[in-house]
Amino acid sequence: METKPDYLIKGGKRLDGRKLADWREISIKTGVIENADGSAQVDFGKTKVIAAVYGPRELHPRHLVMSDRALVRAKYDMLSFSVEDRKRPGPGRREHEISKVTAEALSSVVLTEKFPRAVIDVFVTVIQADASTRITGLNAASIALADAGIPMKGLVVGVTFGKIYDEKGKGYMAVDVFKPEDQWGQADIAYAKSYNDNKVVLLQMDGDVTKEEFLKGKEMADKAMEYTYKEMVKALKGKYEVD
Amino acid sequence: MRLIKMIDKITIKRIEDLLKDGKRLDGRKLDEFREVKVETGVVTKAEGSAIVTIGKSRVIAGVKIGLGKPFPDTPASGVLMTGAEMTAWSNNEFETGPPSPAAIELARVVDRAIREAKIIDLDKLVIEVGEKIWMVFVDIYTMNADGNLFDAAALAAMAALSTAKMPIYKDDEVIRDNLKTNLPTNGKVVSTTYIGIDGKLLVDPTMIEEKALNARLTVGIKDGNIVSLQKGGKGGFTDEEVETILDGALKHSKKLLKALK
Amino acid sequence: MENKQLVTPGEVITEGMDYLPGDGTYRDGSNIRAALMGLAQTRDRLVKVIPLSGRYMPKKEDPVIGVVKEVRYSNWVLDINAPYDAVMMVGEAVDRFIDLKKDKLTNYFSVGDAVICRILHIDEGMSVMVTARGPGLRKLTDGQILDIAPSKIPRIIGKGASMVKMIKEYTGTRVFVGQNGRIWLQGGNEELTIRVIKKIEAEAHKAGLTDEIQKLLESEGNGNKA
Repeated sequence: METKPDYLIKGGKRLDGRKLADWREISIKTGVIENADGSAQVDFGKTKVIAAVYGPRELHPRHLVMSDRALVRAKYDMLSFSVEDRKRPGPGRREHEISKVTAEALSSVVLTEKFPRAVIDVFVTVIQADASTRITGLNAASIALADAGIPMKGLVVGVTFGKIYDEKGKGYMAVDVFKPEDQWGQADIAYAKSYNDNKVVLLQMDGDVTKEEFLKGKEMADKAMEYTYKEMVKALKGKYEVD
Repeated sequence: MRLIKMIDKITIKRIEDLLKDGKRLDGRKLDEFREVKVETGVVTKAEGSAIVTIGKSRVIAGVKIGLGKPFPDTPASGVLMTGAEMTAWSNNEFETGPPSPAAIELARVVDRAIREAKIIDLDKLVIEVGEKIWMVFVDIYTMNADGNLFDAAALAAMAALSTAKMPIYKDDEVIRDNLKTNLPTNGKVVSTTYIGIDGKLLVDPTMIEEKALNARLTVGIKDGNIVSLQKGGKGGFTDEEVETILDGALKHSKKLLKALK
Repeated sequence: MENKQLVTPGEVITEGMDYLPGDGTYRDGSNIRAALMGLAQTRDRLVKVIPLSGRYMPKKEDPVIGVVKEVRYSNWVLDINAPYDAVMMVGEAVDRFIDLKKDKLTNYFSVGDAVICRILHIDEGMSVMVTARGPGLRKLTDGQILDIAPSKIPRIIGKGASMVKMIKEYTGTRVFVGQNGRIWLQGGNEELTIRVIKKIEAEAHKAGLTDEIQKLLESEGNGNKA
């Protein structure tokens, strides 16, 4: 959308028809990359991300090797045609930053001490972007790790939330932002937890909100997170369920 | 330390022994293509897109069309740019980083086939001669690599281009919503790749066969004519072998064209 | 009767202190949680999770198939389809003495050679040593190697090696199952052997698989044991 819309919510409905606490349709498939040790595709509405896990495997270069545990290495990137205006191929500063926070969030749950000196490579690729790509990617990565049989304390699950305005300019907190909200809203927050010990493992925001607004949005996101987690578990188990 | 996972000797020997009886490791005949699947419109943010699956090899191609300035020597012509990435997530042997020579070759071979077959009417992509033109970017990424990426990439690029829609240029702005007009294209080009091992030729090689290969030849075909060729790999082909490959490519091109529809 | 339950990482398997956390699990307060995607099993008081996927982790005494990837002055480096390469010292290659001054290591094993070997030792830093000395251990010169998911190997072998024995009997194929997911096979009805192994790999989590495989072997193998 090239020009700022007059509102992002009107009469309780967002531009795509959702209510504030609604998330987009979530679709999850595992084992989408046959060559990988584990993989998953997660779609949040039109945002589609594939994660592939290779490892644990030998780590190169040698200077990165840790003698008492494995390194979790993430590479986030977007296909050049996943966005409106073609993105130059290859990771830039934004992609490197997202890779870093993704690797850190995942490292908080992977039992890295089981694999001294090795590396667990996680590749996150955005096939189609409609905002919330890093969180969708983190969810996909978490599923791909479990699919790869990597020992972990639990799954990481994330949801975004943001602040959007109505025709009078009044702000509201909304769950799972999509492109126009990400682009024009007053705030955009990426939020993820390690689910079973309920710890925040990723939190990034740009924008402007009050503390109350932040906490309100977070509470709404927690509900979406619970649903997302259940879908993740369902997808993982679905592969093995005997009919 | 070698990063490349190497192929063991008994597998090479097995591939060679089977070849003597006209057989292949995966049970195919020498001149049998794996199953080919083409899905288009997979990425709605792209002006055109396709996922092509050949056996266990899978690639995605997308077309983006944007504004640009023409090259000084072709002021009345649009521009085609083709890129390819052999992603580190499509196989445990490919590495991250700048495009490898193999990925550059892949992009150039696909580019040559599309360019020489004059698939895109570049003359029709001019907004203002010498000043403003449309640039067509075709980007190809491997998703799961198991050999014969050349033919998969060419097919994906062709499928993406032939379903691509033109953006609209209006009041200094590019509009990409609800596009109706097709990118102006002429016909379709497809490629067929053979490899040769010990005097035997086989089509559509898997990754393991490519590792045991001596020589590779990729043939681009449009309307029954040869529009591009690329010989790769160590070792060479006899004159007779080249002719056999051209015949085989002409035959397979018909089936590949059907898969595009 | 044991009770198997499909679990994902972090899922609570048992509550209370009566149980002990085994492989693939961890204790979290009074709960035992799954550390893996897999089948949770409680036997006596021990809780464990049997993985359904994952790479091979070398264990002492495991028979594996390695492929030589590097020849050094006094040892070979083998790829064993694990997160770690294995080293075979010169004294572990053959029964006779190799004199490094007179003999070249490539005369015994060179790059690309597949070797049935055994895990001799693993230290804390995950440096893995293997040996090719012992009954059944040797360089492979013919046949073929099939790669399957290492987590499915126990199913291929079967209880007390019953599954692999049955396959060999009906197909007449020589089969060696490496714990690292590499299976060597040679001779007899190889095509049937491969098909059966792939079927077991694909359906490893199904109950009643042994009977199904036996029926397949009986019908396809002309009903006769080879």
